[in-house]
Amino acid sequence: MTHPNSAAIREAALRPLDGAGAGFWALLTGLSLITAWGLAAWGYQLVHGLHVTGLSDRIFWGTYETNLVTFIGLSYGGAVVSAILRLTGAEWRSPITRLAEATALVTLLIGAVFPVIHLGRPERLWEMFTRPNLSSPLVWDLIAVMTYLFATMVFLYLPLIPDLAAAREEYAARGGPRWRVRLYDRLSLGWSDAPQQKRLLEWGVGVMSVLIIPLAVTVHSVLSWAFALTVREGWHSTIYAPYFVIAALYSGVAAVVLVVAAFRRAYRLQSFIETRHFRYLGFLMLTLGLTYLYFTFSEYLTEGYANTRASVEVLGLLLQYRFAPLFWSFVVGGVLLPVALVAVPRTRTAAGVTSAAALVVAAMWLKRFLIVVPAEALSLMPGGLAAYRPSWVEVSITIGAAAAIPLLLMLFFRIFPVLAVWEMEHGGVQGVPARGDD
Amino acid sequence: MVSGTAPRDGGPPDAERDGDAMADELKQHSPEPDGSGVMTRRRFLSLAQMVGAGAAAVAAGVLPLESLVSAEGGQPGGAETKVKHDWVMVIDQRKCDGCKKCTEACQKMHYLTGDQQWIRVYETESAAGQKSFLPRPCMMCENPPCLRVCPVGATFQDDEGMVLIDQNRCIGCRMCLAACPYEGRTFNWNDPPQPPTAVAAKGTPEYPVPQVKGTAGKCVFCVHNLRAGKLPACVDTCSMNALYVGDRKTDLASNREETVKLSAFLKENNAYRLKEELNTQPRVYYIPGHGELLEY
Repeated sequence: MTHPNSAAIREAALRPLDGAGAGFWALLTGLSLITAWGLAAWGYQLVHGLHVTGLSDRIFWGTYETNLVTFIGLSYGGAVVSAILRLTGAEWRSPITRLAEATALVTLLIGAVFPVIHLGRPERLWEMFTRPNLSSPLVWDLIAVMTYLFATMVFLYLPLIPDLAAAREEYAARGGPRWRVRLYDRLSLGWSDAPQQKRLLEWGVGVMSVLIIPLAVTVHSVLSWAFALTVREGWHSTIYAPYFVIAALYSGVAAVVLVVAAFRRAYRLQSFIETRHFRYLGFLMLTLGLTYLYFTFSEYLTEGYANTRASVEVLGLLLQYRFAPLFWSFVVGGVLLPVALVAVPRTRTAAGVTSAAALVVAAMWLKRFLIVVPAEALSLMPGGLAAYRPSWVEVSITIGAAAAIPLLLMLFFRIFPVLAVWEMEHGGVQGVPARGDD
Repeated sequence: MVSGTAPRDGGPPDAERDGDAMADELKQHSPEPDGSGVMTRRRFLSLAQMVGAGAAAVAAGVLPLESLVSAEGGQPGGAETKVKHDWVMVIDQRKCDGCKKCTEACQKMHYLTGDQQWIRVYETESAAGQKSFLPRPCMMCENPPCLRVCPVGATFQDDEGMVLIDQNRCIGCRMCLAACPYEGRTFNWNDPPQPPTAVAAKGTPEYPVPQVKGTAGKCVFCVHNLRAGKLPACVDTCSMNALYVGDRKTDLASNREETVKLSAFLKENNAYRLKEELNTQPRVYYIPGHGELLEY
């Protein structure tokens, strides 16, 4: 394993901080406009109320709940790549950890807005803090998401400290923009690479790596319980918590692949992020995809074989009738095709794995939609199917939120180094005593 | 626009008119049973009132609704001796012809939109092809799933076990719509119809009129009527007399026409409850049937 030398790493990490090209500004403007459109749609909804959505008393949760689960799920890639790979001492991860952790934070921030967007009275959200009913799964959601969000910030910040010190030195030497020197100075907390600081940092990152995994598991478990703890056929299932967690890991790794591919190209990081990184992430994705398919199969077989009326109706909707085109698109486009792209050596390239990841992210949104909506479409009382079509407001807010993710990442990596410089130079902060490069 | 004229009885509370009506009822009330075995509705309701010492304040009826409700717990001498009711509803499917007048009366009483059916009439068909109607108010479960899931405790059970919503607290997350196995909840997606200001300026959990946009709503058993010694709007409107409201404490139930002994009535007619297997313990009983008593 050959690391480019320190100077090259620093150069590659700090260079993109200034001198944005025309392409950057064009993309930034485009994404900002889309995000602004989404925000405007939300404003419209705040003024007019939830009747501007396609929701009804029968299908009372739809696109927003799908987005909430999807976007928060995307943040799991950070936990896997940074925490799990860090704990298992997988050295190859170090050039992509910063990207993975930032993706986690940004997707989580966006995802955490949807519980607010979906409320009928968002201005009363504070009541969940002042008079929480602890037996409500939604209160568990709130606690879990807030804790996870805080942990994600800390997890991103800790390994960033030495890099910020490096950036401070760089800009101080250049006499470069005052605000940057000030910002880096403030945030690097007087880091001077002292042995004591190094020990503390390694300890902190190690603790966070361990903590972030159960926290991540908690978040998607409680999200699943908002559905599974009801008595609805299609929701009321003991498999839901791990099923949601696997889904989040699967889409989360895919999100990391997409972000890594984009920044690798835009910031010309090919000498650090190689094809093997895509291959390894691809294998992770493949494993998680097959696990997810296995869970799906187990869930539907258990439900369907019992052959009760309600289970037959839900499964019929999903596998044969109204939602079947969406469901089979998910199976083929969201699992089989991506798995094939990774499994076949010829397509196991950066481009192949990135295409697979794009399919996974899109299809996992669809899968969440298929979890939320069909179970509601069926009546619990004597009655027919209910229909739901997302309105332009819901579509706009969704697209706006999706655009906000690359937008925030672009802004983030204009200010913070895209590579984990210190980790790469020192062979990784692992929570166990640092090893040298192998 | 919802019609502004109030129904004759059981309509939106109107302090003066209610007071007069109540006074008349009390004057006409005879302490002796009429000996026919079937008591009049007036008799039942008076009995129900007399059970509680709170009856004095309730029966006075001259108070505007809000003070009446707030007086419930703390009227002089009433706090310790007040006997709580144990309201239930009985729905006789042998009589229901599916006319949906109950739904309309409820919507008029609570100023609901056409889609919001707090008592909804479903049509079912048995394996033998017999059609029957299933009016579904709130089940007022003793073990309500909607209550557990509410993140801010906006859904609560009052001291008589009535499951009510504080719409000034509800954040509109719709978790209760997800949890209710009877689809008993509605959501105010849009601006609710506004009653004339004389009826109610601001809703209470007992009489949630007007509804609050962005919050959940549901049947409240017309608790405000019950406490004023009147029948719920649906019961009072059912031309087939298929709906009864009862009190398990006094063991009496009444429709517009007759009062029956609740426990015997349920037992003799094989009453059942919806989705018993869910252990929600509904307060609504059904007498199975498919309209065979329509000609009575």
